[in-house]
Amino acid sequence: MKKTKGRIAFQIVNYTVIILLTVSCIIPILNVLAYSFSSSQAIIENRVSLLPVDFTLEAYKFVMNSAEFWRSMLVTVVRVLIGVPLNLIMIILVAYPLSKSQLKFPARKWYVAFMICVMLFNGGLMPTYFIVAKTGLIDSIWSLLLPQAVPIFSCIVMMNFFRGIPEELEESAILDGANPLQVLTKIYLPISKPSIATVTLFSLILHWNSWFDGLIYSNHTTNYPLQSYLQTLVVSTAQSMQNMDADSMLAMMNVNQTNMQCAQIFVSIIPLMIVYPFLQKYFTTGLTLGSVKG
Amino acid sequence: MNAIVKKQRKRKSRKKECWFYHAMLFVPVVLLFIYHFLPIPAGILMAFENFQPGKGFFHSEFVGLENFRKLFVLPDTWVALRNTLIIAVEKIVCNLVIPITFALLLNEVRVKWFKRTVQTITYLPYFLSWIILAGVLIKFLSPGSAGNPGLLNTILMNIGIIDEPVYFLGSNDTFRQTMVISDVWKNFGYNTIIYLAALTGIDPTLYEAAAVDGAGRIKQTIHVTLPGIAPFIALMTVLAIGNVLNAGFDQIFNLYNPAVYETGDVIDTLVYRLGMVNQQYSLSATVGLLKSIVSCTLVLISYKLADKFAGYRVW
Repeated sequence: MKKTKGRIAFQIVNYTVIILLTVSCIIPILNVLAYSFSSSQAIIENRVSLLPVDFTLEAYKFVMNSAEFWRSMLVTVVRVLIGVPLNLIMIILVAYPLSKSQLKFPARKWYVAFMICVMLFNGGLMPTYFIVAKTGLIDSIWSLLLPQAVPIFSCIVMMNFFRGIPEELEESAILDGANPLQVLTKIYLPISKPSIATVTLFSLILHWNSWFDGLIYSNHTTNYPLQSYLQTLVVSTAQSMQNMDADSMLAMMNVNQTNMQCAQIFVSIIPLMIVYPFLQKYFTTGLTLGSVKG
Repeated sequence: MNAIVKKQRKRKSRKKECWFYHAMLFVPVVLLFIYHFLPIPAGILMAFENFQPGKGFFHSEFVGLENFRKLFVLPDTWVALRNTLIIAVEKIVCNLVIPITFALLLNEVRVKWFKRTVQTITYLPYFLSWIILAGVLIKFLSPGSAGNPGLLNTILMNIGIIDEPVYFLGSNDTFRQTMVISDVWKNFGYNTIIYLAALTGIDPTLYEAAAVDGAGRIKQTIHVTLPGIAPFIALMTVLAIGNVLNAGFDQIFNLYNPAVYETGDVIDTLVYRLGMVNQQYSLSATVGLLKSIVSCTLVLISYKLADKFAGYRVW
């Protein structure tokens, strides 16, 4: 293509806009990262912007020794280790039967109606809370697992993938004497690896990032998962600070806290960074699989 | 004879398969029934009684429409409704326009590594929870105390756009805009990828044909690109209708404070405060019930429209 002057001018503007937007995405995060590596003194004097000033690992040493931080991290790890496989099993249990046609599974429409009903109509915060309380889950790790056990959106993604698998595969397997369980485990699951990866990542993110259920279903802060703990640490303090007068605010702004809060934020992001390449790869495949079809 | 036996056998195996399917669905359906279905009738019950946890759902005092009456005279309800609608609609519009624009711009970039790097960076905030991002934003937007403002205020003051630190999260003048912009900030990388995928689906011969007809880049964008992704944009808009009452609880709950209830309090945060803080369980459940009814209606309408115009079906 011939490069006209207008085209070149456009490209310059274009790249500038894109770079500005991209930089704006990362600046707040870099800012906080710089805080976490800076000395308290530098933060008080407002010298920290994008690069650490008076580089120090003090804050990270504090986090490494913080019992509260690691206790809540443990809750989250347990939650992910039980919750993700549980989600996966439930998704397959729902998606496989519902991927069958009405003809093969006449009761399908009743199940689908039920799913749509619970998906669209939200019982609301307080009724859900009291039901969870009634089933005796308060302060138990299961309050974070059972109410979230069946992620309906992921079920739909999986169901749509199963539907794309040619029926002939199943029929020929049945002719060869396979039972339904074998059809599922020997034929459907092995070719569904990409969408299994997608829904696994969906529930990994869900469990890692959930904070509200931990906050309301735990009476004791010792049961908080990581994000709930960070919520009380980072957000609640800031909110209560905004109501104070200047003096008590200064007193509370033990700025020591700033770099420690920032360090805890960053340690909690590390696991996500490790799976980030996979997230990039599979999250969009999941989208095209799940929803929009021609 | 043989055929009949075969048919019977087939029917028998089909029946067996069906039992297998029912068995598979049993556990998930029970879990959904307890934790997602039971709260619906429970919420309806609570809305018509003065619910007390000690007495339970069936023995609390029945009060008829008293909760609804209280709700309509409570000024907080109307403030929350207004804020929800304003914030949600602004978010819906911005989350359409900005990602589409960004996708169009990025589509013009021919340098592969640059494109990939930009996507990698802009996609990142989408995966971080609002807790993390609230922690980041509270520090970044802070007006500071004792001449110690956050980075954004420092930058803006250095360029000379503002003279004094702005209370982005503490003032009724700026709170809503801050919510909308930070929501776009979190999500636009993700949304851009959706629209980029739609852009790559456009037939390249259409561009060639347009170029042969003498259409420049701008005309190509208007007459080929935009019509090409129009159905997709329409679909996303229609599906967004269902979110008109969701202003983003996770975000607002972690960034608001009593000073901005006037402009920042939304239905979901009101439901939380009524129920979990003020212990007005029934009032909270009533707000939740009304919200659910309206939301559900809107989602059904949007699905109906999406099915009609774009052939989009969820099930």
